[in-house]
Amino acid sequence: MAEVVLKDVSKSFGSTVGVAGIDMTIPDGAFVVLLGPTGAGKTTTLRLISGLEKLDRGEVFIGGRRVNDETPAQRDVAMVFQQYSLYPHLSVRENLAFPLKSPILNTPAEEITRKVAEVARVLQITHKLDNKATELSGGEMQRVSIGRALVREPQVYLMDEPLSSLDAKLRTDLRIELKRIQASLGATILYVTHDQIEAMTMATHVGVLDQGKLVQFGTPRDIYENPNSVYVASRLGQPRINILPGDLFGTAPKGAHQIGLRPEHVTQGEGRAAQVGRVEHLGDHTRLHLRLDGHEIITLADPHADYQPGHEVDIAPRDPLCFDASGDRIY
Amino acid sequence: MSSFSVTEPSQRSKWFAGTLVILYALITMVPLAWIMLTGFKTPPDSISYPPKVFFEPSLEGYVNLFTTRTRIGQEALDALPPPDTWYEEIVRERDMVIAGPSKFGERFLNSVIIGFGSTFLSIVLGTLAAYAFSRFKIPLADDLLFFILSTRMMPPIAVAIPIFLMYRQLGLSDTHLGMILLYTAVNISLAVWLLKGFIDEIPREYEEAALIDGYTRFQAFYKVVLPQAATGIASTAIFCLIFAWNEYAFAVLLTSGTAQTAPPFIPTIIGVGGLDWPAVAAGATIFLLPVMIFTVALRKHLLRGITFGAVRK
Ligand SMILES: Nc1ncnc2c1ncn2[C@@H]1O[C@H](COP(=O)(O)OP(=O)(O)OP(=O)(O)O)[C@@H](O)[C@H]1O
Ligand SMILES: [Mg+2]
Repeated sequence: MAEVVLKDVSKSFGSTVGVAGIDMTIPDGAFVVLLGPTGAGKTTTLRLISGLEKLDRGEVFIGGRRVNDETPAQRDVAMVFQQYSLYPHLSVRENLAFPLKSPILNTPAEEITRKVAEVARVLQITHKLDNKATELSGGEMQRVSIGRALVREPQVYLMDEPLSSLDAKLRTDLRIELKRIQASLGATILYVTHDQIEAMTMATHVGVLDQGKLVQFGTPRDIYENPNSVYVASRLGQPRINILPGDLFGTAPKGAHQIGLRPEHVTQGEGRAAQVGRVEHLGDHTRLHLRLDGHEIITLADPHADYQPGHEVDIAPRDPLCFDASGDRIY
Repeated sequence: MSSFSVTEPSQRSKWFAGTLVILYALITMVPLAWIMLTGFKTPPDSISYPPKVFFEPSLEGYVNLFTTRTRIGQEALDALPPPDTWYEEIVRERDMVIAGPSKFGERFLNSVIIGFGSTFLSIVLGTLAAYAFSRFKIPLADDLLFFILSTRMMPPIAVAIPIFLMYRQLGLSDTHLGMILLYTAVNISLAVWLLKGFIDEIPREYEEAALIDGYTRFQAFYKVVLPQAATGIASTAIFCLIFAWNEYAFAVLLTSGTAQTAPPFIPTIIGVGGLDWPAVAAGATIFLLPVMIFTVALRKHLLRGITFGAVRK
C-alpha cells in the first residue's frame, strides 16, 4: 500500500469547476473520508487520482511516484464507482475475477478461485456467484462492485459511496469489514460518503470539500470539535450543529457574528426560555426541537425530564464555536 | 382470471397482433414460396395457365442452372450410349446433351466472397470508427458524421460513371478487391451510424472500470464493449450483407467475368434456349439461402435483447 499526495490538483469542465487547487496528503495506511455536498468535487478527485480524468494543473504522487502521465492500469488503483458498473455480459464470478485476469496481474487460476471465494464470503454473495450480473438486486450489485476492488491489493482503494444502497444491517457489517481490511492489510483508502456514522467510525482522516476546494483536513475528532468554518461545522455531526446569531443569548462573544452550538453543548435549566416544538424518540436517545426567537435549536433531551410541546425550557450555550461575518472560525 | 396487469397485453390485443403478423408474413412469403416451387417445376409446368400449385416435382431447373447444354439431332442422340447419371437423363429427355458446367457456381462463389468480405470489412471499420466517434473528442465530429451520412443521400449509382473510370484507371474493374472496396464504401456510412447509436448506449462506466481493473483501452474495447455491442453488430452485419448481396447495378457495370456476382448472372440464364423459368427460380432460391442462413445464425443476438441494467443511473 502507498501514500498518495495531491499537489495543487485542479480540473475544470468547461466553465464548471470540478476541483480547484487541492493539496492533500493521504498517509500510507490511512482511511480518508471525503465529505462535501453534491457537486463539491468528491468524485472528480477520485477520478483524477485514478487517471480516468486528466489533470488541468498540479501533480499526483502514488507511493512517491509521479503518476500524471500514467494510465489507470499503470497507477495500480482499485475503484468502486458511485455508479457501480458490473460487466453485464459476465457472471458475478467472472466479474470478480476480471481484475485478477488482467494482463498486468495475470493471476494463476487457483489463486483466482481462492480470492474470489474469499471476497464473496466477506461480502455475503457466495450464493449469487453464478448469477448473471444483471440478475442481482441493487445492493447485491453494489457488493459485487466492492468485491471487484477488494480482490486486488492495489496501491490505494478509491471508493465512491460504496455502501449507499445497502440495508442498515449489511451496511454495519461491511463497515466493520472494510475497517478490518484496512487495519489488517494496512490498506490506504480514500472514501466518499454522505453518511455521518461511516465518516466518524471509519475515518482516520476527514477531508471536507467545498466547491472544489479542500477547506479542512484532519482527524474526524478534530473536524468535529475544531471546525474552521461554519461550512465545515455543518458537514459533520448528526443532528447538525445549531448555527445561531451571536447575540441570541445576550451580548455576543467578542467579534462573533454567529455561534455554533452542537446539540450536546446546550445546557438546560438556566439562561433563556425556549419553547418545546417536536420531541423525537430515537430509541437510545431523544431529540428535542426548541424554538427561541424564531430560531430552531436541536438538542438532546434530559432522560429524566418530561417534555410536552408548548412547554418552556431554559437553555444556555456551553463552549460555543464563534464565527465571523464570513463564516470563518474566530475561536 | 381476475388479476389485471398493466404491462401484460390483453388476450384480445394479442390475438389482433398475432393475426396481423401472420397476415404480413403470408403476404411477404407467398412470392418467395412461388419462386421456390417454380424451381422444382418443369419448363412447361412453370408457364402453364392456370398456374399449377400441384405438380410433379422435377430437378430440371437445377440441372439447367448448373449446366450448359446443346441440342442435337435425333440420330446423334440415338447413337449415344445410354445416360450414366440422373441429370444426363433429364437433359436427354429434352433432346439435348450436357456440354459442360455453367458459370453459376463461380458466380455464386464470387457473391459469397464479395458479399461476406465487404460485410466483414464494413463491420470492422465501422465498429472502430463508431467507437471513436462515440468516445473520443474528435475535432469536427458532427461535420464528419454528416459528411459520412451524406454519401448516402444520392443513389450510389449516380456516381457510376466516375467510379467506372476510376476503377478502369486503377485496374480494379472486374476484381474481387474492387467490388469489396466499393460495397464497403457504400455500407460503411450505414455501419458507422447504426453502430455509433448502439455504442452510445453502452455506458462508459464499463470501460472505465476495465481501465482501472488493469486493461488497456483496446483490451477494454475488445472485452467489454464488443460483447455488449453484439446485438448492434449482428443487425448491422445483416443490413450490410443484404445490400452487398443484392446489389445489381454496379455489378452489371463493373463486372463481366472473373468477379461477376450472381445477380447479374441469373437473368442471363433466360437466354439459354428460351425462357428457362425453373432454372431462374432455382438460381434465385439458392441465391437466397446464404442471407437466410446468416440471418438465422445471428438471430440469437438479435433477439437476446440488450443487456443493460447493471449500471445504476
Ligand atoms: N464529465 C463532466 N462534465 C462536466 N461537468 C462535470 C463532469 N464531471 C463532473 N462535473 C462537474 O464537476 C463538479 C463536481 O462534480 P463531482 O462529480 O466531483 O461531484 P461530487 O462531489 O462527486 O457530487 P455527488 O455527491 O453528487 O456525487 C460538479 O459541478 C459537476 O457538475
Ligand atoms: Mg460523486
